[in-house]
Amino acid sequence: MPAIPLAQAPQPSKTKQEQLRNFCIIAHIDHGKSTLADRMLGITEVVEQRNMRAQYLDRMDIERERGITIKSQAVRLPWRSGIDNQEYILNMIDTPGHVDFTYEVSRSLAACEGAVLLVDCAQGIEAQTLANLYLAMENNLTIIPVLNKIDLPAAQPEKFAEELAKLIGCQPEDCMRVSGKTGEGVKELLDQIVAQIPAPSGDANAPTRALIFDSVYDSYRGVVTYVRVKDGHLTARDQIQMFSTGVRHEMLEVGVISPEPVASKGLGVGEVGYVITGVKDVRQSRVGDTITTYNNPTKTALAGYKDPRPMVFSGLFPLDGADFPLLREALDKLQLNDAALVYEPESSAALGFGFRCGFLGLLHMEIVRERLERESNLSLISTAPNVVYTVTDGSGKEIIVTNPSEYPDGKIEKVEEPIVRATVLAPAEFIGTIMELCQERRGILLGMDYLSEDRVEIRYTLPLAEIVFDFFDQLKSRTKGYASLDYEPIGESEADLVKVDILLQGEKVDAFSAIVHKDKAYAYGTMMTGKLRELIPRQQFEIPIQAAIGGRIIARESIRAIRKDVLAKCYGGDISRKRKLLEKQKEGKKRMKMVGRVEVPQEAFVAALATDADIDKAKAKAKEQG
Amino acid sequence: MNSELAFYVHIPYCARRCGYCDFNTYTPSELSISSDLSGVSRDYIDLLIAEINSARKISKADLVPTIFFGGGTPTLMEPADLGRVVTAIKNNFDLAPSAEITTEANPDTVTPAKLAELREAGINRISFGMQSAVPHVLAALDRTHNPANVARSVNDARAAGFDEVSVDLIYGTPGESMSDWQESIDVALSLPISHISAYALIVEQGTKLGAQVKRGEVVMPDDDETADKYVLADAKFGAAGLNWYELSNWSKAGSESRHNLAYWNGDNWWGAGPGAHSHIDGRRWWNVKHPTAYKEKISSGQSPMHEEEVLNDEQKNSERMMLEIRLAKGIDAKTLDSGQLAILESFKNQGHLLADSWAAGRIVLSTSGRLIADRIVREILS
Repeated sequence: MPAIPLAQAPQPSKTKQEQLRNFCIIAHIDHGKSTLADRMLGITEVVEQRNMRAQYLDRMDIERERGITIKSQAVRLPWRSGIDNQEYILNMIDTPGHVDFTYEVSRSLAACEGAVLLVDCAQGIEAQTLANLYLAMENNLTIIPVLNKIDLPAAQPEKFAEELAKLIGCQPEDCMRVSGKTGEGVKELLDQIVAQIPAPSGDANAPTRALIFDSVYDSYRGVVTYVRVKDGHLTARDQIQMFSTGVRHEMLEVGVISPEPVASKGLGVGEVGYVITGVKDVRQSRVGDTITTYNNPTKTALAGYKDPRPMVFSGLFPLDGADFPLLREALDKLQLNDAALVYEPESSAALGFGFRCGFLGLLHMEIVRERLERESNLSLISTAPNVVYTVTDGSGKEIIVTNPSEYPDGKIEKVEEPIVRATVLAPAEFIGTIMELCQERRGILLGMDYLSEDRVEIRYTLPLAEIVFDFFDQLKSRTKGYASLDYEPIGESEADLVKVDILLQGEKVDAFSAIVHKDKAYAYGTMMTGKLRELIPRQQFEIPIQAAIGGRIIARESIRAIRKDVLAKCYGGDISRKRKLLEKQKEGKKRMKMVGRVEVPQEAFVAALATDADIDKAKAKAKEQG
Repeated sequence: MNSELAFYVHIPYCARRCGYCDFNTYTPSELSISSDLSGVSRDYIDLLIAEINSARKISKADLVPTIFFGGGTPTLMEPADLGRVVTAIKNNFDLAPSAEITTEANPDTVTPAKLAELREAGINRISFGMQSAVPHVLAALDRTHNPANVARSVNDARAAGFDEVSVDLIYGTPGESMSDWQESIDVALSLPISHISAYALIVEQGTKLGAQVKRGEVVMPDDDETADKYVLADAKFGAAGLNWYELSNWSKAGSESRHNLAYWNGDNWWGAGPGAHSHIDGRRWWNVKHPTAYKEKISSGQSPMHEEEVLNDEQKNSERMMLEIRLAKGIDAKTLDSGQLAILESFKNQGHLLADSWAAGRIVLSTSGRLIADRIVREILS
């Protein structure tokens, strides 16, 4: 029996370096990472059978529902190798798997010596997995290629073993074959992790350096910081110091996760665990930062620390203006656990008071919005997301624009926008479709490689703004869901961009302004003016709706003046009813937003800002409720 | 003090229900009674008389200027029974010698004999539900009458001695073209009548038509087209000497419905019968809706009132503006504040108020203004 009872296993801070193996699992959504992790928890007996539940390590509802990992986990698994019959401690570091969280992934990888590359052998490798694999290779991690779901009838292990072998430069027969579902091959995998992945190196006697690879806010305990000790050690009585800020903290608790937190005397060199200092905000415990001790601080930080940089901005407004303080509270609370989320108050003539929020990417934005709505019971309107532009005006002054309202009027020297390097993996039959889409979105082809006979990797540079605007939805629908996408920012590039304003009766509606490429300005203008014509009720005067670039009108619609707004009958029994209706309409009028003289119902704003995906979501919800 | 009380008498029965109608009316099958309603007449009228007798104890009025039999289909009752109602009112109040006593009538079910009996019962004004002269429009409205019956009934009524004859028209029915409407107007104006009511069709929830529209089986005409129909009607009626005096009512001089004017002028009236509304000095109440519930209340000596409301000054004022703005005499500008007048001035400048009335201190809607009367009221009340 290779499992070791926890009490008899090597204890934290007393585990020898050569007994440690730190690894992560790189996998795409749906490729069975959580099931494999569950299986490992079961086989090593750190979770008793009766306490087992699916997706054990995903703590947030939103993680379970979407099958994604947002926050990292690190689980200590004792294991007696079936090969040499020695005791080992395996630290499995569960990483987020999405493009928005590439930096977090890179820090998790930096905490490991090896990675299990897990691929569903009915689907093959996906673009984000490939991107994370490259990251792991750059970090000099030992890669163990594993084909999962070998129990599936549609499994094609031979085909995908070839693909993996080609990617990492090994033999197809080096790929392990497992089934997280049945448990087949999982013991052997644990043995191979011991055999192939090197033990952590690091100097036990050097000043302490521990890498923060995640920090999570817990309402009872404050911030729980996940660390990997690179050099030296952490003990429960230490005073620690954050390298980036120099701020000193008392250590309240140090421990390991197995898989519930267990306090320990300390963490030795090479070990993975958590520390609690009583801070209340994850921004004081930043991913990538180095923890050292106050008494014997290190002089050099671990490499690779970066401040999170928001890439996508959007305005979030409460549907009910009275909820503004509640939204502020909810954002403050969320930020305790999300160092990448930035926001500042914003006031919109159309939507009232809200916040301009910065996100790592679209998924991050979606998750934040969903958590705000779910956890604080808010109804929100979000404006169309945009990227960060650098605009140089006529006087040569550079202006950073995160909101179309900041776009300068007057002469513009140049506009630069963020550019990404995008990788699309897909069956070869979709090459044409994908190229067409990327071409439409101002993409420049970088290259294309066949991963196997019928699967290709296509590389493009694309403006991030194009990806932010429903690129992923389009890619999925045009390739029947077979294509996968990854991208990384590679800088800025000058582009022919303009700001399109939407005017109602000559008044600019700030919520609808957008920065778009010159060639798409007309399409945006006609789409928006057309939508608004349908959504805004007729009023007693004609309402011109215009789209304009500066002073130049590029599209126009108009809402004809209303001619009939009266009920024909008003006899004895109608009078009370009619008066009450008037009183009700008076209340309704208060909820109208005024744009100049034009009354716009809030629903019109919501509907005009809704994306196709929002509409589908709303329809699905309506259908659910019957 | 000479205080007046008008009477509305509700007859909640119809031979069958029309597809657009949401009035408080019931068919024999809905009430599980025999298809011949004449048997109901006596018993139901007894209940009405009991309510009228009770009105004497509540109202201090001494004079009844008008009585109006509405429904439902009042002509389903025996004319003599309607006469008993008139007599009951006379017994409790002074019925003015020149009292206007109106009944609504279905052009299909009146005969010269019946019309003579109605006259005998004291009724001197009759209003026929004509709705349209065009068969496919009547079919869309789910009306069964033969358009030719309207002319016959109107002529019979004149022959029976009714000097005041009115017809009701409906426009904006799904499928009604502009020329269909023009035909209905022309046919109505060719009749010997002194009054026309014309209503844009309102789709009410819970009606057959409402369900058809909701399911998308029937598409309501564009509001602009319905507005054009109003403009056409107003012009044609005016040219024929029938002038508007309320938004949906036109008459020859002196032939206005005095009873309906009582509603719009904020006078006092008593509504007898199930679901009927009453108004006395800023207090409104309405009776239980179902004939059976009404019968139970009256038979056990209780008031048939279901609910009431007492209007505060602001509500009284809102109602006054809401009603007076519909009238050709309009609102006295002195009763409005400067904010309201400023709003109205902009409507005047857009041609929605009559400029000469404005100069004379009265707020009177033009044709285009009448079409947005509800909006104008909303603006000045908010």
